[in-house]
Amino acid sequence: MAEYKEVYLTSDEIKTDDYLVNMGPQHPSTHGVLRLLVKLEGEKVLNVQPHIGYIHSGIEKMTESLTYIQIPHLTDRMDYLAAHMNNEAVSLCVEKALQVEVPERAKYIRTIFDELQRIASHQLWWCAFGMDMGALTTFFYGLRDREDILDIFEETCGARLTLNYSIPGGVMFDIHPNFQRDVKAFIKKFRAKLPEYERLLTGNVIFRERTKGVGILSKEEAIAYGVTGPSGRASGFSCDIRKKQPYSAYPYVKFNEIMGTDGDTFTRYHLRILEMFESMDIIEQLIDNIPEGDYAVKMKGVTKLPEGEYYQRVETGRGEFGVYVISDGKKNPYRMKFRSPGFSNLFAINNIAKGWKIADLVAIMGTFDLVIPDIDR
Amino acid sequence: MTNDSLIQSISSLLPEAQIKMGFEYVEAFIPVDKLHDFMLQMKNNPEMAFDYLICLTGADFPDHLQVIYHLESTSHNHVIVIKVKTIGRENPSVDSVSDIWPTADPHENEAFDLLGIKFNNHPEPRRLFLDDTWGYPLRKDYQDDVHIVSR
Repeated sequence: MAEYKEVYLTSDEIKTDDYLVNMGPQHPSTHGVLRLLVKLEGEKVLNVQPHIGYIHSGIEKMTESLTYIQIPHLTDRMDYLAAHMNNEAVSLCVEKALQVEVPERAKYIRTIFDELQRIASHQLWWCAFGMDMGALTTFFYGLRDREDILDIFEETCGARLTLNYSIPGGVMFDIHPNFQRDVKAFIKKFRAKLPEYERLLTGNVIFRERTKGVGILSKEEAIAYGVTGPSGRASGFSCDIRKKQPYSAYPYVKFNEIMGTDGDTFTRYHLRILEMFESMDIIEQLIDNIPEGDYAVKMKGVTKLPEGEYYQRVETGRGEFGVYVISDGKKNPYRMKFRSPGFSNLFAINNIAKGWKIADLVAIMGTFDLVIPDIDR
Repeated sequence: MTNDSLIQSISSLLPEAQIKMGFEYVEAFIPVDKLHDFMLQMKNNPEMAFDYLICLTGADFPDHLQVIYHLESTSHNHVIVIKVKTIGRENPSVDSVSDIWPTADPHENEAFDLLGIKFNNHPEPRRLFLDDTWGYPLRKDYQDDVHIVSR
């Protein structure tokens, strides 16, 4: 009879194969049709390869057959949480090329809309991020407060999501008579509500354990990978276009560029909460001082841009959005390129998520605030 | 650095570069075979220090394709536009700069996908949005069979 011998294997001797998992395109935490091809060793992430293009709509190709007045109305389909900023970027680019001076009233209205849109975007991000981390209450809090902003948008421009409000020359309509009253009421209400957000999630021990020190992006990496917006600023990369190249009414207001140093998931999260406070400060400085006068200058339906190249940068809720136009002097652009913030941010994820667990990958991806039509265009 | 001093320092770095003042930024055409060395200098030269690649664009022109790089220096806060022309439209290729700025990796894949520009030494060349059987939609001679866009 063979002698029985116990065999003990140490963890180094037990080998498992690496395996590839498709996360998406229907995974709830990708918030849209994004597929991440994740290479795993057990629960540890070895490599992340994003696969995009599921809702590529060829907007850059379409712009080549549209006039400059028509193009802004296409752009709010890209980043639907920053629809106004996208509209504004194209409008600013066309105005810059034609050297049209926009009325002061339009500049103020645009900036107030920018900041309202930024708050609405961060609210939706906050509620979805809480849900990614397993806290369903945040979803109801965030959507409840976002509704007030969408109502304000609807009152003035008739749309809640795809605003179509900023056009070359100014804005499409004047603000609703109740606009100032409603915005002030919203800010009063939301100033009281925002500390609740902090109490609900920021102070939560489970949440802090899952986010503090997780998924660190250094400043050098943030610059090298072109990570902009709150995600880049959390790493200490000063990338706020509102400060760097101020547009619309931003030169008239005083505000701080909120910066972080740690570059971890928690800093990226908390920076957006602080940005909402800052946005409310900006709106408060502008809302009582909207100058009287025209809200737009008249533009021709078919506008020809002088031959040349124009680049306009704006700051959306997710980072730097750029519009690059090559004009050959005709009524359509020869080539139009949209530099979308999500596109550059997404491809930094592989570098950050390596070595972390798959549950951390969800947290890291959540703090990058990806909007897939913005990436796919 | 102001735009004027940028023009001067680039023309001393690379005399063949065709430099002109654009609407806002300095635009410089670089010969395609000198691109990679030149871009390394743009990043590592402490006076230039272009460490942030904002945007990489491909464009189709009648006799060549162009790749356009928008660069910014986070320490000096200056922006420059570097352009490179490919040789012909049949087999266009440009050296990859993704070893200098990692963000160029997806941007170059996008230019390859939509315009068919090949990037030499790219670490992971693949089509980003469309499948492999598709043509190159942003080329001007693209046959639009499904009538997405009509002119």
